Amino acid sequence: MTTPTPVVTPVAALVVRRHSRPGLRRSGLATLVTYVVLVGLALVYIFPFLINVVTMVKTDADAAANPLSLVPDPWSWAALHRLFLNSDFPTWFKNSIIITVAVTLGRVFFDSLAGYALARLPFRGRSVVFAGLVAVMAVPGVVLLIPKFLVVNQLGMFNSYSGLIIPLLADAAGVFIMKNFFESIPESVEEAARIDGAGAFRVFWSIVLPMATPAVVTIIILSFQGSWNELGHFIVAANDPSLTPLTKGVAQLASGALSAGSQYPVKLAAGALMTIPVAVVFFIFQRRILNAAGGAVKE
Amino acid sequence: MSTGTVTTTPAVSARRRHHGGIRKRDATAGWLFTAPVIIILGLFLFIPVLMALWVSVSDWTGRGGPLSGGVNFVGLDNYKALVAGGLTTSDFGIALKNNLWYVVLVVPLQTILSLLLALLVNREGIKARGAFRTAYYFPSVTSTVAITVLWLFLFSTTGAINKVISFFGGRGPNWFNDPSAIFHFGATTGPAWLTSGGALGVTWWDWLGGPSVAMSAMMAMAIFTTSGTFMLLFLAALQNLSPDVDEAAEVDGATGLQRWWYVTLPQLRPTVFTVVTLGTIGCWQVFDQIYTATQGGPAKTTLTPAYLSYSASFGSQQWGVGAAIAFVLFFIIILFTLVPRWLLRERKPRQFRIRKATS
Repeated sequence: MTTPTPVVTPVAALVVRRHSRPGLRRSGLATLVTYVVLVGLALVYIFPFLINVVTMVKTDADAAANPLSLVPDPWSWAALHRLFLNSDFPTWFKNSIIITVAVTLGRVFFDSLAGYALARLPFRGRSVVFAGLVAVMAVPGVVLLIPKFLVVNQLGMFNSYSGLIIPLLADAAGVFIMKNFFESIPESVEEAARIDGAGAFRVFWSIVLPMATPAVVTIIILSFQGSWNELGHFIVAANDPSLTPLTKGVAQLASGALSAGSQYPVKLAAGALMTIPVAVVFFIFQRRILNAAGGAVKE
Repeated sequence: MSTGTVTTTPAVSARRRHHGGIRKRDATAGWLFTAPVIIILGLFLFIPVLMALWVSVSDWTGRGGPLSGGVNFVGLDNYKALVAGGLTTSDFGIALKNNLWYVVLVVPLQTILSLLLALLVNREGIKARGAFRTAYYFPSVTSTVAITVLWLFLFSTTGAINKVISFFGGRGPNWFNDPSAIFHFGATTGPAWLTSGGALGVTWWDWLGGPSVAMSAMMAMAIFTTSGTFMLLFLAALQNLSPDVDEAAEVDGATGLQRWWYVTLPQLRPTVFTVVTLGTIGCWQVFDQIYTATQGGPAKTTLTPAYLSYSASFGSQQWGVGAAIAFVLFFIIILFTLVPRWLLRERKPRQFRIRKATS
């Protein structure tokens, strides 16, 4: 959420060039109207985030009196000061980073291992495993809140990093992405190594996985966003304040459990700061994200 | 999706014939490679569902483990409590009513808005397409919690939305604290024939009242955050369309609007189906924003089955009821994903019309 507009500008260079069809005349007025609507809508989508960023450095009174103003009057660092020095925000941030990094690493490894096996290794029961994955993907996440708590509790993982991390490693969708990718690589590449006697893991690790960078990046993006923005699982897997990640901490801050009065600058600062990592990942990989999200329907 | 496995079988058997020695090693490796995923999914998805199924037919109160000796089988009592009358029933009825309106209003609006965005961005001769695409998609990247915090501010009494309303001489409501139903149009009580009867402890008057003002603000947020994602799906579909069909229709003298309605839209039907299905599944799972902003209030008008399932278990320690609600919700989601499939199924007469328009 770091002032999106300047970052957006280079995107113009990435625009998909479509040849204009000859013989097709568009009136200048229609194009002008389209631009007006497009820019108007873009303002509606982006302006709230600008307000969010600016309100971080406003005083409570200014935020209430001039909610639309993009110029703080006066500038105030009180909200950020309070967030970093007088709240658990740094702890929440640390926990989010630990969980997200662990989940992302784990998913990349396990998803690609399983995806490779399902794509390439013939073993008895493979179709059963595949069918099981399809069934698992159909279960909506909200339905699993109580069940997950029951098992995490039963296994003695309640209030521990393992309880926060390990259940999130279950990711059937990622296995599918990797499986589809491995199936698109010509088999001849690994055939030679296999005939030379290389084991399955060696072939996977040193030949196939390095070729799968695009799919691995997709998994990294998806699991980063997924675990960074996860809330439900963190609510049911722990109640120790020292294990609270950002989503849960900021949600509790917003619902007023930790503060009196509205205090919008503090809350909005927390919301904006927790968005920075996903925003950075988004702008680094934006072409891939926009294309991958759109391409999902093509299959 | 099972066709994927079927088609690979010939290749598999061919490989087996070529190098029989590797086969056994492959089988072991196959199980070893998939073991971590199978164990984690089994432990944290499959077994939990079985345990919750047990809890939903038990009288467990949260003390000790649900599998310990003091917990009894109570049959379908927890499910019956959802329909039998009393506080549990009316809470469940209110949650269903709230979420039903949420689905009925959000799904069509987000589908239409995302299609509109895609069509605008995809128009010929538009420059800076990527910048617009990024702007519309950005809200989808952020977490629901962060957006909810922003929404609470924008829709507060002195917030940006009410400021804009006051520019036009109006006076905005106290959004997230206003429980009045929008289709009651300010009326506090309805006619007797609507208020006397009802279902699930909620009067017909309330069922028909639509979402509350507070819930409407939530719905606006859902549309704001999801339209970008769905726009990308439509954009991908639009760019896959062959321009030939459109050009043929144009040569035949079809106007822009006719071409759009008879040529482009029918070709987008699979995408519309995907968007409606994904939208419906998402809309029945409203939880994060309720937990962050309103906890079901004001006057339970933002209560949803997902949040009720959570608060019944973790709040009121009625674990059986909470688990039962989760399973009913699961059933509702399955049901509602089948409805768009039925509504958007291929119909013969329409196909005929398309052919007439294009040939």
